[in-house]
Amino acid sequence: MKFLSDRALERLRDATDLPDLSGTHYRLLERIARGGMGVVFTAEDERLQRRVALKVLDLPGAAGDLANRLIREARVLARLEHPGIVPVHDVGTLADGRVFYTMKFVEGHRLDQHIESVASTPDRLRIFLRICDAVAFAHARGVLHRDLKPANIMVGPFGEVLVMDWGLAKILREKNRIEARVVDPGQTIVEKQNRSFESDGALQFSAITQHGMVMGTPGYMSPEQARGDVEHLDARSDIFSLGALLRFLLTGNPEAALAPSATRMDKSLAAICAKASATLPSGRYSNVSELALDVSRYLDGLAVAAHQETVFEKVGRFYRRYRFFILLIAAYLAMRVLILIFMRR
Amino acid sequence: MIQEEFPSGGDRFPPTRRSVIEAVRSIDAEERESALEALCAAYWRPVYKYIRLRWNRAPDAAQDLTQGFFVELLERELLDKFDAKKSRLRTYLRLCVDSFVMNEDKAGRRQKRGGNIPHVALDFSAAEEELGATVIDPTKIASPESLEEFFEKEWVRGLFTLAVEELRELCIARERERTFHLFEAYDLQGNEKISYEQLSNEYGIPLTDVTNALAWARREFRKIALERLRELCGSEEEFHREARVAFGWDAK
Repeated sequence: MKFLSDRALERLRDATDLPDLSGTHYRLLERIARGGMGVVFTAEDERLQRRVALKVLDLPGAAGDLANRLIREARVLARLEHPGIVPVHDVGTLADGRVFYTMKFVEGHRLDQHIESVASTPDRLRIFLRICDAVAFAHARGVLHRDLKPANIMVGPFGEVLVMDWGLAKILREKNRIEARVVDPGQTIVEKQNRSFESDGALQFSAITQHGMVMGTPGYMSPEQARGDVEHLDARSDIFSLGALLRFLLTGNPEAALAPSATRMDKSLAAICAKASATLPSGRYSNVSELALDVSRYLDGLAVAAHQETVFEKVGRFYRRYRFFILLIAAYLAMRVLILIFMRR
Repeated sequence: MIQEEFPSGGDRFPPTRRSVIEAVRSIDAEERESALEALCAAYWRPVYKYIRLRWNRAPDAAQDLTQGFFVELLERELLDKFDAKKSRLRTYLRLCVDSFVMNEDKAGRRQKRGGNIPHVALDFSAAEEELGATVIDPTKIASPESLEEFFEKEWVRGLFTLAVEELRELCIARERERTFHLFEAYDLQGNEKISYEQLSNEYGIPLTDVTNALAWARREFRKIALERLRELCGSEEEFHREARVAFGWDAK
């Protein structure tokens, strides 16, 4: 047996890491990211002559748990056609047995990198509202993301905001819908779930994440998700993550989600964050639209549902909202007073 | 793409052989022996080099201890005690080696062994040469982490060496010796100056043939290495973890 040098080992590792795209219409370009179960490359779709992102598993086999999860992720994405969710193009198995899917190649920056260039709070809140749009759409289709965090949000060169990495997504089942309806009649987003979505086989995937299995990111993961209480997760679990994400957007501090009490911000916004990421699901917004509405109201200078204002706060907000007219009237009155004073002399 | 549908119960790859951990517990003596052979083939080199380095033994003593270790593994049925939920097989075996060498020292034994070990050719002189060729940092070698790292690296080298050998046999069986030569020249020799064009000119074949041959060889190598690795793991979780280590996925 021939001795394999350290260099040969490295070359073998590099050579075997690349997916075997023979028989496909894709040409490999470069590796862009590595995740827990596979790698993301850029590739050229030779038929359509466009660049795509190709996500491929490390291990071969289309029947394993990881393969099922990747296929499920692709199918979840395929059903979530929304400008805020990255579209999937193709899914299959390569000649080397590795399952892959291709999706739109998003040029841009992750939210945690992008946010440094966004100085104003209203601009940051507008980004947040676009994230809410995509998540609300997914919830309306019965899909929970379960891993919302800055690293999973991309902001494109034209300001487009895309929610990425649906690998931990959970498809809500009929059971969840019934329970949610009892707890929160008429409010829970899962009630809007499209029945035909469940009937075409997507249901089988909801059992992949077993009860007791913890998946997610600390600080952004809801307490019930952290406990592994998978069966009882509903839209409010993602709302918790959105609350942590909002806190990050407002402070620019990645640690803000882990230590919320240490962050200082406007009382109304702090109340929105606190309500969204309340420990008990019942204390949170019951759906993403309610959360987005509160943020929109703040942007419009209106009272937010999450915060009971004092008289002074009401006055302050009234002043901020109508500052131009108030100052105009004040200037007018001051002028009148000055004129009166001069005339008396 | 090979496949558009995703069968729920199958895999396009042939079913792999049983894990050696399960096979050594088999009541079938033949299966047990074959499992021990597989284990011995994958681990004797790392074990020998580890004893040489960690226990600072002379080549003769390290050879006896290596053979003695595999005899002990068989006689004392140490693999029966391995629990895949608690540790990796690789770590377990390394700790067994440490324990074995310490016990041998205490007992003051040093026996010539070799009678009952599985039928695997142990080429100690080649292993000794390899040890000479291995780059070892003497300032780091005393730390437990670096010893673990050393054992891990030698284990990966052993696994890949077996996979390359099996690929060579496969190429011979399928009359694709040229494919193996191309793979050897491009991927094993690690010569940066060799390009696909040069290989194409050297072998007088079109560039696409070089590309296809290398793609095939890498695919088969990967498949063989993963199959051998799966055999050497006690559980699917361990296999996933060890694959990440062997192929360096976490480091990329």
